[in-house]
Amino acid sequence: MSFISVFDVIGPNMIGPSSSHTAGAAAIGRLAYKMLPPPVTQVEFTLYGSFAKTYRGHGTDRALLGGVLGFTPDDPRIRDSFRLAREAGVAYDFRLNETDLDVHPNTVDIHLKNAAGQERILRGESLGGGKVRITRINGVEVDFSGEYSAVMVVQQDRPGVVAHITKTISDLGVNIAFMRLYRDAKGLTAYTIVESDQALPEDIVHPLLANPNVHDVMLIQA
Amino acid sequence: MDFKSGAELLALCEKEGLPISQVMLRREAELGEAAPEKLRRRMGQALEIMTVSAGASLREPGRSMGGLIGGEAKRVFDHLPQSLCGPVLSRAAAYAMAVLEVSSSMGLIVAAPTAGSAGVVPGVLLALGEERGLPRERLIDALFNAGAVGYLAMRNATVAGAVGGCQAEVGVAAAMAASAAVELLDGSPRQSLDAASTVLMNMLGLVCDPVGGLVEYPCQSRNAAGATNALTAAELALSGVPQLIPFDEMLSAMYAVGRRLPAELRETALGGCATTPSACAACQGCM
Repeated sequence: MSFISVFDVIGPNMIGPSSSHTAGAAAIGRLAYKMLPPPVTQVEFTLYGSFAKTYRGHGTDRALLGGVLGFTPDDPRIRDSFRLAREAGVAYDFRLNETDLDVHPNTVDIHLKNAAGQERILRGESLGGGKVRITRINGVEVDFSGEYSAVMVVQQDRPGVVAHITKTISDLGVNIAFMRLYRDAKGLTAYTIVESDQALPEDIVHPLLANPNVHDVMLIQA
Repeated sequence: MDFKSGAELLALCEKEGLPISQVMLRREAELGEAAPEKLRRRMGQALEIMTVSAGASLREPGRSMGGLIGGEAKRVFDHLPQSLCGPVLSRAAAYAMAVLEVSSSMGLIVAAPTAGSAGVVPGVLLALGEERGLPRERLIDALFNAGAVGYLAMRNATVAGAVGGCQAEVGVAAAMAASAAVELLDGSPRQSLDAASTVLMNMLGLVCDPVGGLVEYPCQSRNAAGATNALTAAELALSGVPQLIPFDEMLSAMYAVGRRLPAELRETALGGCATTPSACAACQGCM
């Protein structure tokens, strides 16, 4: 059993009425924010299950959008995130999917685009108490909580790529806490998620990209 | 230093000659690898947010997002001079209700242990602090005490309304507040856990039936009831009334009852208050 901190009980400090529907929503939005180089210009949210039913009264919409703007779950600006998004030139849209019932009750898909034209499509689940996980990135099933600093590598599923990743990371003196590999099918795109107890050095990205089979690298600090 | 049950916590308190709050602080420092002063500072910030959230809607009440609540805390607070239940209890109820007005209008609160039950602990502790003139440092200690009880509930049962009903949310929050109140008023660790056990006993079976599925109604009123239950249980414990059923056993009983509650009464808004005709009529515009 993982350590339950006193601040998991007296906490989290948060905006809104529900740790799952508001604080968790902001946390998912913020993970999305960290996974695409800024500035975000366009975002579309698709809400499922309980999120789709009660999002307005729980402020789930404002919290998700606030998270995408980079706000933490305790940031009072979440209350005004619609206005702040418009002022920042972020186009946003909320859609409801009430037909797909085979998902966690508090699920959201986030489709983001940035000024450079890059895109991400993520699926997030709010697990309760403000805890969340990302379960899908661009259609590939993953499991990522954002509680640890992480580097996420998008790669071609070829021999030697994982060795390149671990060597690059160990050369920088980083201790790996968890490492997981996800792929759709043999030989196609794969994702490696490496999590560390410590903050990861910013200069980890370029050496990882040096391998031609590495397509993209996301650095997500806790 | 770690404990996995109320019995282990009491044994540690006895062996070390420490109150519950200090055992919890040591546990956090050791297992969380952080300096006690830093942890106290962080808890001080939580107390600060609690204080602001308990006061904000007494001055400037606003409507909740769902439109079901707003202004009730101020009414109770303004009624203090004619308080029926006495200043500590009435003040605790007003503060507890105020926190729910803040959360439901997208203000900043501290979940304790959940957002839906966030009014109970600050309501009880801040009211006691003011009425008894207790220093801030004592209130910070009290939050560590409350944290110990909530941690045991999270570890050995549940604090989710969707799993165990309102008894697991407001019930646990009230158990935390009762235990902390006993330590604030110089009761023993055993009296703290007796008070927590009494609360769980008295709130046993309480269902989670939010109108419109929103954390507003009856949640706000239930937070006031949680504060009331906490103070009653603390009163009994401090008077020397023993509790037959130890906290660990009562926690197991609460968890067992919670799991036997039908899904309609566990946060789905399909039963209880949520399906009364008046509630359905009131919340047509709130989804």
